[in-house]
Amino acid sequence: MQLDDLYRRVIMDHYKTPRNRGKFESGEAVTIDLNNPTCGDKISLQMQVEDGVVKMAKFTGEGCSISLSSASMMTDAVKGKTIEEALKMADGFSGLMKGEPVEFEYEDIEALSGVNKFPARIKCATLAWNALRKGIEHSQKTDN
Amino acid sequence: MNTSEIRELFPILKQEVNGHPLVYLDSAATSQKPIQVIEALKHYYEWDNANVHRGVHTLGSRATDAYEGARAKVAKFIGASSEQEIIFTRGTTTAINIVASSYAKSVLREGDEIVLTPMEHHSNLIPWQQAAKASGATLKYIPLQPDGSISLADVENTITNRTKIVSVVYISNVLGVVNPIKEIAQIAHKHGAKMMVDGAQSTPHMKVDVQDLDCDFYALSGHKMCGPTGIGALYGKKALLENMEPVEFGGEMIDHVDLYESTWKELPWKFEGGTPIIAGAVGLSAAIDFLQEVGMDNIYKHDIQLTNYAMERMTQIEDLVVYGPTANRAGLVTFNLGDVHPHDVATVLDAEGVAVRAGHHCCQPLMRWLEVSSTARASFYLYNTEADIDRLVLALQKTKEYFGHAIG
Repeated sequence: MQLDDLYRRVIMDHYKTPRNRGKFESGEAVTIDLNNPTCGDKISLQMQVEDGVVKMAKFTGEGCSISLSSASMMTDAVKGKTIEEALKMADGFSGLMKGEPVEFEYEDIEALSGVNKFPARIKCATLAWNALRKGIEHSQKTDN
Repeated sequence: MNTSEIRELFPILKQEVNGHPLVYLDSAATSQKPIQVIEALKHYYEWDNANVHRGVHTLGSRATDAYEGARAKVAKFIGASSEQEIIFTRGTTTAINIVASSYAKSVLREGDEIVLTPMEHHSNLIPWQQAAKASGATLKYIPLQPDGSISLADVENTITNRTKIVSVVYISNVLGVVNPIKEIAQIAHKHGAKMMVDGAQSTPHMKVDVQDLDCDFYALSGHKMCGPTGIGALYGKKALLENMEPVEFGGEMIDHVDLYESTWKELPWKFEGGTPIIAGAVGLSAAIDFLQEVGMDNIYKHDIQLTNYAMERMTQIEDLVVYGPTANRAGLVTFNLGDVHPHDVATVLDAEGVAVRAGHHCCQPLMRWLEVSSTARASFYLYNTEADIDRLVLALQKTKEYFGHAIG
């Protein structure tokens, strides 16, 4: 078991200095609260979606280095993307967790590829991405 | 107690995990199984497998004898006055659910009280929440002292004449604290309440005598005491069980069936609908033989020694916080290492071959009381040694170093 596969420097960097951590002070935002009932990790994801584009995403929460760095990367990666592009990215992330070779425009995400060798930790990595999917579903419902 | 001889009986401990000899420190979640239990299961399936209480053939008789023999063994092991007071269940959770949905349903009225503690495992909390919701009864909690223990003065102040049920864990799976069950039961009875004990963690580690404790109900899980998964037991005082309605209906638990009405078998079978967990009971019986051969007092002494040793060594690690009282605790140490998340701690320890638990341990209210979202936990059993704890300490030091470097 190579721990460095899991805890790469880029992951620790996102964990220690998370991007987009916090809440929106103004403007309409979709809020999704998700938790991982098996371990108690929590994320509260906020997204501002306008005209089918994710303008901005922020998160707060508690969790391990994998879940929080994944949230940091995800919120950074989806900024300015259409919801179709964001969903495609979420699908790509699921593939990455299955060990499939996936390339991301936001390269940091690839640092999480080592998680697939640690099956017990995949749920940590996917928590933020599951929140993203729910957030998109929610914003689509609101639009209709 | 000869730990190296005992370890020889556990085949699973002889393996390497991630290139290191396995150090298994997660027995509070589930214990490992000695060869006697594995062989008993194998023998049962190879030679005796048949349904119980039905067949008149030889295998049917053997299976029935083995199953009922296991019941007698459990009864004796925990000091029940009769085999009829032992109901086989899937485990502690099912046992508590039977009491909460059968006994509680029949006695609870609006305004009644159910008394618990904030350290209860979810399995001794949610069934009571549901019972309270269904009846209009109120849940009350005996407050915890700052170190996580319970004071009898608080017990006196919490239990009232409106209290119908008091349900408390004997040994906490997070704090390791051993609760004063006998004294709590006395206070409960003084107010006319019934006392239920969650014995999931106590039964594997200490001599239990339900008559001495004078509890009304006691629940245990086989898999935490060297037995197979999927088998456990509910003890209940006969007079109470006799007046309780079954919670599962169907085959095996019936006496006479008509198109519109039916009657039930006598105790304990009226609570065991369907084909029971026969092999599980056979395995549990073998586990009890094994534990008794080692001696429950010896096991308890060994656990206390290991816990004390672990506390002594672990509290020397800078930035390591241990939860729970320093005295009167058994079998486990729950901790956090600085700001390294317990999942990350557990993963690094696993890379060193050391298996510990990380998470909320099915005690979310207690995590909130401790003001943490989760913790790591090392739990010990009769096959663990001081060398295992040394390996844990070394691995924790490596975790600190690893995260220090990785972060820096």
